[in-house]
Amino acid sequence: MPSREGTYGLLAEFDTPGDLVRAARQAHEDGWRRLDCYTPYPIEEVAEVIGFHRNRVPLVTLVGGLMGLAAMFSMETWISVIAYPLNIGGRPLYSWPAFIVPAYEWTILWAGLSAGFGMLALNGLPQLYHPLFNAPNFRDGATTDKFFLCLESLDPKFDLVESKQYLESLDPVSIVEVEY
Amino acid sequence: MATREVRPSDPGIDPKTGEFRVIGQGETFKSITEKISRIVLTPHTPLGFLAFFGIAGGGATVLLVAVTWLFLKGTGIWAVTQPVAWGFAIINFVWWIGIGHAGTLISAILLLFKQTWRNSISRFAEAMTIFAVVCAGMFPLIHVGRPWLGYWLFPIPLTMNVWPQFRSPLLWDVFAVSTYATISVVFWYIGMIPDFGTFRDRSESKIAQYFYGILSWGWRGSIRHWMRYETASLLLAGLATPLVLSVHTVISFDFAVAVLPGWHTTIFPPYFVAGAIYSGFAMVLTLAIPLRKFYHLESLVTERHIDNMGKVMLATGFIVAYGYGLEAFMAWYSANHWEAFTFWNRAFGPMGWSYWTLIICNLAIPLTTLWSRKLRTNIAYMFVLSIIVNTGMWFERFVIVVTSLYRDFLPSSWGTYRATKWDYMTFVGTLGLFTTLFLLFVRFLPMIPMNEIRMLLPAAKIKPKAAAGAGD
Repeated sequence: MPSREGTYGLLAEFDTPGDLVRAARQAHEDGWRRLDCYTPYPIEEVAEVIGFHRNRVPLVTLVGGLMGLAAMFSMETWISVIAYPLNIGGRPLYSWPAFIVPAYEWTILWAGLSAGFGMLALNGLPQLYHPLFNAPNFRDGATTDKFFLCLESLDPKFDLVESKQYLESLDPVSIVEVEY
Repeated sequence: MATREVRPSDPGIDPKTGEFRVIGQGETFKSITEKISRIVLTPHTPLGFLAFFGIAGGGATVLLVAVTWLFLKGTGIWAVTQPVAWGFAIINFVWWIGIGHAGTLISAILLLFKQTWRNSISRFAEAMTIFAVVCAGMFPLIHVGRPWLGYWLFPIPLTMNVWPQFRSPLLWDVFAVSTYATISVVFWYIGMIPDFGTFRDRSESKIAQYFYGILSWGWRGSIRHWMRYETASLLLAGLATPLVLSVHTVISFDFAVAVLPGWHTTIFPPYFVAGAIYSGFAMVLTLAIPLRKFYHLESLVTERHIDNMGKVMLATGFIVAYGYGLEAFMAWYSANHWEAFTFWNRAFGPMGWSYWTLIICNLAIPLTTLWSRKLRTNIAYMFVLSIIVNTGMWFERFVIVVTSLYRDFLPSSWGTYRATKWDYMTFVGTLGLFTTLFLLFVRFLPMIPMNEIRMLLPAAKIKPKAAAGAGD
């Protein structure tokens, strides 16, 4: 459990996505690992330069979809063959081609729900409070037109004075110390 | 707006491509955020909005009255009887579901094809989908006669030990439509989460901050979150794409699996899907044209969008025309007496007027005029055309349902169909409900995805340091 007191990190603000990409690349190359970037829209280059290449949303979606498929197909089979066998025009009880449509729909349903809510869960959301919201310029611009790089205090390289000087070398618009 | 000459010097035209711009010139991250969030975050509600809302709410009230009376008296108040046992309820169901399809096509298929022009119109097209599915989903439920037993449709362990029959397309429909509704809502909501974050940060009132803060799940724009978000959006788009094709296919099975002449055709699934997209794009135009005007969004929903939607309608309209043509051809080629009679009766029987209405509205007017770029970018013309196509598509379903049923196999069982005032009230009522929901959406939710628009701006292009230093 990380400590909930003191400094969360140092937040540097940039005006353009290009500046953020350069700063983030530099920080990552200099060995920073507990860092994150905050942008008003997705920027793939930023994720690339901080080494975030892959995520587990596709896996969650696949598992969800297969579960939906299995659940519906087995339910249809159980209902039509065992629980409530009906003779419809002499068709076999296990008339699997007719079961495909609902099973297909449930594959999509479960996969879609897993993709959506799995993404939120992997992101650790909902999280209505976050220390960064204490930074006034973050609330002002992070979801509108500003680009942020945050060096977190949990990084072993973190030191309030030295890290601040380091961030200044990356040429940001401003640097704010964020409290927990 | 009058027809305008398209010249390369036109500010709406990108000189590099010769195409209309997707986003008007001079927009920045701040200006588009301001433009879109102001519509929602202003405490002032325009009078025009309230007037529209009053009219739409009146329509929704008519629906409430019609459905209450229906529940008290039963489906006998409608015109459905033998031989026309499926009437307005099914016509409206198919029509509304069809309208929804354009929203999914825009949000899912065009996303996969990287058609970035779709970004401005995707959100309200998705909203349109959801509200159309709400209106559509109501009809089968109230049509069953005893809607309080609607849960019998679902495989639930009941004390009676009765289970649904999975070989029936009507049951497939239950799963197709419920999946469609759920996935559309998830896609729509997930798409709005970052925009709710923007609203939370920009709203002045405490209530709005709490409201949008909770809706945003605490979104803060972390790049790791964004990447998972992008993956999820792409996967949802990939999953919604087969839905666009499957939902109306399954609905067409309701007809095509029956042995009735006029219904029993293999062309139905593709022709239903194309018709759905055709009417859906018409509805997007019906909504987008007044919206961009009243909310001054001409730089976000540009002529390019209207033009492109016109092109999609032209293409799907021709698929629909092919469907009509093939129905006529098969009536002759099948050498089936009943099939030929049904077709002849459709066109020249006592209800032939409905067939010719659909031919004029769906084929004669749009498919001749949509070729012209001048007309496609004439906003007033496109608005009128969108209403014509919507009418035509409603008549298409009327023709399919009613004219296939009212001349039964034996002349002794021939009948007719005359909708009652309750039929009309229910239909008009759903138009009111749809408009009410849409107006509420425009007032309280982000109707244009701000985060997706930001990606289209020139400022979003990442310039290398050297070039930026030398150039600026």
